[in-house]
Amino acid sequence: MAAKVLMKGNEAVAEGALLAGCRHYFGYPITPQTEIAAYMAKKMPKLGGTFLQAESEVAAINMVIGASAAGVRTMTSSSSPGFALKSEGLSYLAGCDLPAVVVNIQRGGPGLGGIQPSQADYFHATKSAGHGDFHMLVLAPNSVQEMLDFTFDAFDLADKYRVTVAILADGTLGQMMEPVDTTSKILGPPVDKSWALTGTEEKRKPNLVSSLYLMPEELEATVFERYERYKLIETEEQRYERYLTDDADIVVVAYGATSRIAQNAIDAVRKEGIKAGLLRLITLWPFPKKPLHELAQRASVFVAAELSMGQMAGDVELAIRCQKPVITCHRTGGVIITPEELLQKIREAASMQSPAA
Amino acid sequence: MAVIFEKTKGLTEATMHYCPGCTHGIIHRLVAEALVELGLLGKAVGLAPVGCAVFVYNYFNCDMAQAAHGRAPAVATGIKRARPDTIVFTYQGDGDLAAIGMAETIHAAARGENITIIFVNNAIYGMTGGQMAPTTLLGQVTQTSPYGRDVTTTGYPIRICEMLSTIDGATYVERVSVDTVKNVRKAKSAITKAFQTQAKGLGFSLVEIISSCPTNWGLTPTDSLDWMREHMLPVYPLGVFRDKTNCEASK
Ligand SMILES: Cc1ncc(C[n+]2csc(CCOP(=O)(O)OP(=O)(O)O)c2C)c(N)n1
Ligand code: SF4
Repeated sequence: MAAKVLMKGNEAVAEGALLAGCRHYFGYPITPQTEIAAYMAKKMPKLGGTFLQAESEVAAINMVIGASAAGVRTMTSSSSPGFALKSEGLSYLAGCDLPAVVVNIQRGGPGLGGIQPSQADYFHATKSAGHGDFHMLVLAPNSVQEMLDFTFDAFDLADKYRVTVAILADGTLGQMMEPVDTTSKILGPPVDKSWALTGTEEKRKPNLVSSLYLMPEELEATVFERYERYKLIETEEQRYERYLTDDADIVVVAYGATSRIAQNAIDAVRKEGIKAGLLRLITLWPFPKKPLHELAQRASVFVAAELSMGQMAGDVELAIRCQKPVITCHRTGGVIITPEELLQKIREAASMQSPAA
Repeated sequence: MAVIFEKTKGLTEATMHYCPGCTHGIIHRLVAEALVELGLLGKAVGLAPVGCAVFVYNYFNCDMAQAAHGRAPAVATGIKRARPDTIVFTYQGDGDLAAIGMAETIHAAARGENITIIFVNNAIYGMTGGQMAPTTLLGQVTQTSPYGRDVTTTGYPIRICEMLSTIDGATYVERVSVDTVKNVRKAKSAITKAFQTQAKGLGFSLVEIISSCPTNWGLTPTDSLDWMREHMLPVYPLGVFRDKTNCEASK
């Protein structure tokens, strides 16, 4: 059996990236994700890679653009206020169809907010990471092991679809320690990057990485092409986990650290005879609509549990086309939902059920 | 028939979009010729700015990327770190480099990033129709300084080479001009030296080129050259501001 290593979530992210062959990290310090940079600063020189502490998050994401344009696996990480600054670069990455991995260990906002865990960058990550029509593929781990696994997978997904893959986690996941298996990772074959900027050696036509199209129809065509890829991602990559949903009347929808609290709450209410289950979202974009369509057929009430003012809840309502009531259980600003708060919400949901079921 | 002048293979066949008399075209040719003469064209990766030179990627016959406004030095850093064997250069205007991209410029220099910056200073924002730049001269009339640049509300022109001369990480910094044939020749030598600096792994190089914008200055091409000489060169004196190419060991 593989020996496990005790790691912080942030370190697991960094290790996952290194295992995926990422040798170019660009970042800027911000709590609660700085351990990622510290880990990279320690390891990269020994691996012949680049750790660079940029002058700002804006510069860091633009360095990622450069490294990605040059054809290598590259990443940056930050926390909420820093992510706002990366928006410009996230949009250019999409416009240039460059693969990249970005990690947001969220903290409370808006503004400088606080340094405690939050999920209030859901809108930013899934809907509006920057200007223009584009999406990032967003993965939401809920354990330290998944911080490593998802970061590892993120590089493959980014290369496969030529998109930015975001790891959307929070301060809890970044800071907590759990045993992690770091051994079972096998790198796939390298993907074709003949579009990369490597110098022509005067043997081929120059390559160009650009997001500029002055002809509206040309620009529209690039967006249409990108949305074809997004459609493929939506059919191929919706990821989620169901927990006790087969007979559930009440379905709690949650992701990240909140999904672990939800699982405990469901175990507790089951003992009270309430048939509750959990749909744990793994991809936030593409949003797992498939399981929600199915669950909307039999469950009677949905509870959206999250550390924001209902940012994900709206997507749940949309996915089930408002066929069933969705009540929210949320805290924000760095306050975590307690199991008792969620228990109350589930009981409330149970009392809303039509008695004739 | 004897060939006495040829277009450099460092430039593509594309027709340039610059206004008549604009000196961007001359600077393009100097950069392209320098790369070809040094045998570096095949290794070159260029960064287009946001500004009149945004389409420079259509003109240079090498791998190119288009960077966000002011971010070219950061993008160049990423490319150079990923592929140290390439010759990475940015081509940036004064709004791009000295306003929105000031942080990226200074820090690329401070890190001693082994890249080359071609900095085109025409004292104005050309592409957006002639607004005040950080390099606009005192009293100069622009769209956003319609009564002339007023020191009490907009401060002073920024001198990039002088600033960079204090940065230890900068290896080679020179200011040149393209107002006369003699100065064009000197500009070519400076650009050549900048690329040599990078090729030898000596670190950060920047060549500032005093350039014209007849359209937004409201002058004829020849009057523009006179204006450059009379008004810009006193504020932006030509010369070498930093040259550590002899004392710097290979990094
Ligand atoms: C983030 C952002 N802000 C503003 C602009 C608009 N813009 C385009 S070109 C330009 C000025 C460029 O001037 P300069 O760098 O001096 O180059 P020139 O056109 O004079 O060659 C501006 C402000 C932009 N494209 N992106
Ligand atoms: S606007 Fe000015 S800088 Fe731009 S192409 Fe015309 S003359 Fe040249």
